[in-house]
Amino acid sequence: MLDDFFVRALLVGIGMALVTGPLGCFVVWRRLSFFGDTLAHSALLGVTLSYTTEINMALSVFVISSIVALILLKLQKKTNLPADALLGLLAHSSLAIGLVVIGLLATIRFDLMGLLFGDILAVNVNDIAVVWIGGAIILMVLKIIWKPLFASTVNYELAEAEGMKPEKYNAIFTILLAAIIAISIKMVGLLLITGMLIIPAAMARNLSDNPNQMVIFSIIGGLLSVFIGLFASLEINTPSGPSIITTGLILFILSLTKIKKKSQLNN
Amino acid sequence: MTQQNQTLVKLENAGVLVNEKWLVRGVSLEIKKGKIITLIGPNGSGKSTTAKITLGLYKNIEGRVEKFTNKIAYVPQKINIDWTLPIRVNDFMNLTSNLKKEEIETALETTGTPHLKNKDLKSLSGGEFQRVLMARAIAKKPELLVLDEPVQGVDFNGEIALYELIKKISDTLNCGILLISHNLHVVMSKTDHVVCLNGHVCCSGTPIDVANNEKYQELFGKDISKILSVYEHSHDHIHKIDGTIEKKEN
Repeated sequence: MLDDFFVRALLVGIGMALVTGPLGCFVVWRRLSFFGDTLAHSALLGVTLSYTTEINMALSVFVISSIVALILLKLQKKTNLPADALLGLLAHSSLAIGLVVIGLLATIRFDLMGLLFGDILAVNVNDIAVVWIGGAIILMVLKIIWKPLFASTVNYELAEAEGMKPEKYNAIFTILLAAIIAISIKMVGLLLITGMLIIPAAMARNLSDNPNQMVIFSIIGGLLSVFIGLFASLEINTPSGPSIITTGLILFILSLTKIKKKSQLNN
Repeated sequence: MTQQNQTLVKLENAGVLVNEKWLVRGVSLEIKKGKIITLIGPNGSGKSTTAKITLGLYKNIEGRVEKFTNKIAYVPQKINIDWTLPIRVNDFMNLTSNLKKEEIETALETTGTPHLKNKDLKSLSGGEFQRVLMARAIAKKPELLVLDEPVQGVDFNGEIALYELIKKISDTLNCGILLISHNLHVVMSKTDHVVCLNGHVCCSGTPIDVANNEKYQELFGKDISKILSVYEHSHDHIHKIDGTIEKKEN
């Protein structure tokens, strides 16, 4: 069964959606979408690293993204620049460095389009293992840190005052974010991975009135995007990654009709 | 009675320097089980800062903070819930603890908010939200309760009831309470120890000591002092720091 490229793609997509659902909710709640983008951009550097040193691509992307996240945290403490400027600085410079390194490695042929937009139809059995095992670990860690992470998302000071150690759990969450980017970069590419995190969660926000519900809807939205997106890609021969994201967008637009927004004033 | 006097937090000469400005400096105080300490002082005098020092929210402080408990509940002065986060009162009650359904309901009832249980947190009015914040803190059954202006936005009757509740909590849970409040009149009558701040400890002691202190009168003006004298006449005893009650000499 795993011989079929489409089944492999489905399996990888399902594994990814199960993880991006809950993580994406936190990205939306904590307003980290640009942060996710920055990590994803820096992933290009990780990819080139994996080509030159021949270590596993997911691993090298994970390492580079984590380092960029740590640099960001350091810079935030040291400089007076606003967070978005720092994020832009890191996102574009790491992307640029990645491209420069690719240029230097003229002998290696790169599928740049595949890197930017992913190629979920080209995944092998190994990739399925990486997504499912990596995804299981991410979900397990997220489950363990859920309470303190959620508390610090609602209110940092309250969480810290009541002994929830928000700084520690925020750092762990950042690493989880780097990890999901690392394992899914091959499927949806570095330009679309943030979309996979945010769009299903944004759709879920429209339909939910409590956090658990939003996580569940976010997972369902992600799964539907993968199913419909992949089938559409097969039927009408569109690129798979963008088809998944486009499906997510359509679901989001549909969710606007059912919007649950109780307070009318402050938004 | 050694248990009664068990110290929960001790501040020694504590201060915070932010952007080369001392928010507050040289604060020493001790919060004990079953006691209510009140911080008073004008805006910007460092009341909230002192509360945050007590909670360990500042990384770099001058002086020392010793904490002897981890069962802490905090009612912050202000809390913004991001609208991207759908959260009901019920979810919020369990934010930092794992409470049973009954515990949540009981706590909401004590603050007069059981009907809000399934409401979205952002749909609450200021006063309702304040009551829910209190309920959440009580439900945790803390040893140390830090209340930063807990009655702001609460209507007048509710305000008095909440202060009664604070007093009751301190008695029934035997927890130490650090209270920040503007309502000097009500606060003073419920408090064991008052610390008057103005960037530093201006004066401190029993409510009556503080009320009679010249620095305090200077800071708050004669009118307030009058209110307090009304209070003073209405009681025939004073609470000493060690918790004993002493008949007032006439």
